[in-house]
Amino acid sequence: MFRTFRWIVKRDLVLALRRRSDIFTTLFFFIIVVSLFPLGIGPEMETLRLIAPGVVWVAALLASMLALERLFATDYADGTLEQMMLTPQPLFLLVLGKVVAHWLVTGLPLVVMAPVLGLQYDLSFDALRVLVLTLLLGTPVLSLIGAIGAALTLGLRGGGVLVSLLVLPLYIPVLIFGAGAVEAHASGLGGAGHLYLLGAISVLALFFAPLATAAALRVSME
Amino acid sequence: MSPIAAANNDSSIKLEIRNLACVRDDRVLFDALELTLESGEVLLIEGRNGSGKTTLLRTVCGLLAPSEGDVLWSGEPIRKLAEEYTRDLLYIGHKPGIKEDLSGVENLRIASVLDGVELDEQTAWEALERMGLAGHEDLPTKVLSQGQKRRVALARLLVSRARLWVLDEPFTALDKTAVGFLQSIIQKHVENGGMVMLTTHQEVSLTQGEVRRLHLGRKGG
Repeated sequence: MFRTFRWIVKRDLVLALRRRSDIFTTLFFFIIVVSLFPLGIGPEMETLRLIAPGVVWVAALLASMLALERLFATDYADGTLEQMMLTPQPLFLLVLGKVVAHWLVTGLPLVVMAPVLGLQYDLSFDALRVLVLTLLLGTPVLSLIGAIGAALTLGLRGGGVLVSLLVLPLYIPVLIFGAGAVEAHASGLGGAGHLYLLGAISVLALFFAPLATAAALRVSME
Repeated sequence: MSPIAAANNDSSIKLEIRNLACVRDDRVLFDALELTLESGEVLLIEGRNGSGKTTLLRTVCGLLAPSEGDVLWSGEPIRKLAEEYTRDLLYIGHKPGIKEDLSGVENLRIASVLDGVELDEQTAWEALERMGLAGHEDLPTKVLSQGQKRRVALARLLVSRARLWVLDEPFTALDKTAVGFLQSIIQKHVENGGMVMLTTHQEVSLTQGEVRRLHLGRKGG
């Protein structure tokens, strides 16, 4: 069972590497959106420090939305998705494999880039560390919850917009606790509580989202 | 392969279709369909375009839920069997089911792993070569012709251990040699006790075993 999971992750990573432009679109979108704010607001260090976590997190939400459509759409179009549903492997496991690969390609680069971008906002080393930690815990949730939306809107016309409407409201808790942790840390309250909650959300999403996505895929395929 | 061949000859395994009906967009494609397919049988589904051939095949695979009736595999409804049924099933539909960015070998190997059989690279190369793709095994399939892509998809038949093959227009885009070869694979599968359900506009000639026919589309045509 674990072997199948590994194969799926590997397959999706190989596919992503052969279509590198897709990876870079998400990453550059994130970089540009985050960089636009300091330019628009001006070099007011106090303000920038204040808005930094929120801006980085909203940009991460939007960037991960961008990549969602591709999660199942290409597999749906060439028929490999229906083949996956007809294999003796549990569908949620295949879904989990695809989501993990998707996160490695679209989520992880954001986590890696975030501290560099955070420098533009004059964040302290400590605050940057907390920011990266929240992204590390939170971006997998974005991929996991997003997968449910992507599966539900599969094959629909204008699915991209619909995904945003479905999924963005579900991202709100992640946004609140993600951005909140950095703010709480900066104000001296300590972000531990927020991080624990974010971790709990991650674990819940890791368990339930693949099951929900698998069910959504079965509905969409009919 | 011998235990599998032995299991294939188990005559208790059969596909039964009970009172099956399918309605798409308020149009009855077929109803009250009764059918039993046993080991060593080929079922050829005929009918005009739009008569519900593909719908029937997809319903048999469990991709579509029937409006009424049941599909049973050795006496159990396929919805209940789920993964136990899909282990015995191989479906090749209109969509090739291969990734254009992956090579033939990669496509075949990943498909096999998903089917529950890990295939070493050597076997995958051999299967593709037998399928007439020698020299094209490690090219990304997007550079291949329509017929060659079809062959990559059909190469799964050579490495599959499924008892029931469900093939939707398997002969499209294939040249004469490939059609002949595919017929011989189907023949061999049936001789080993497998079952095949297919739609095609070509004649399937099998020397042994029985080719049964089902004509769809008496409604509205």
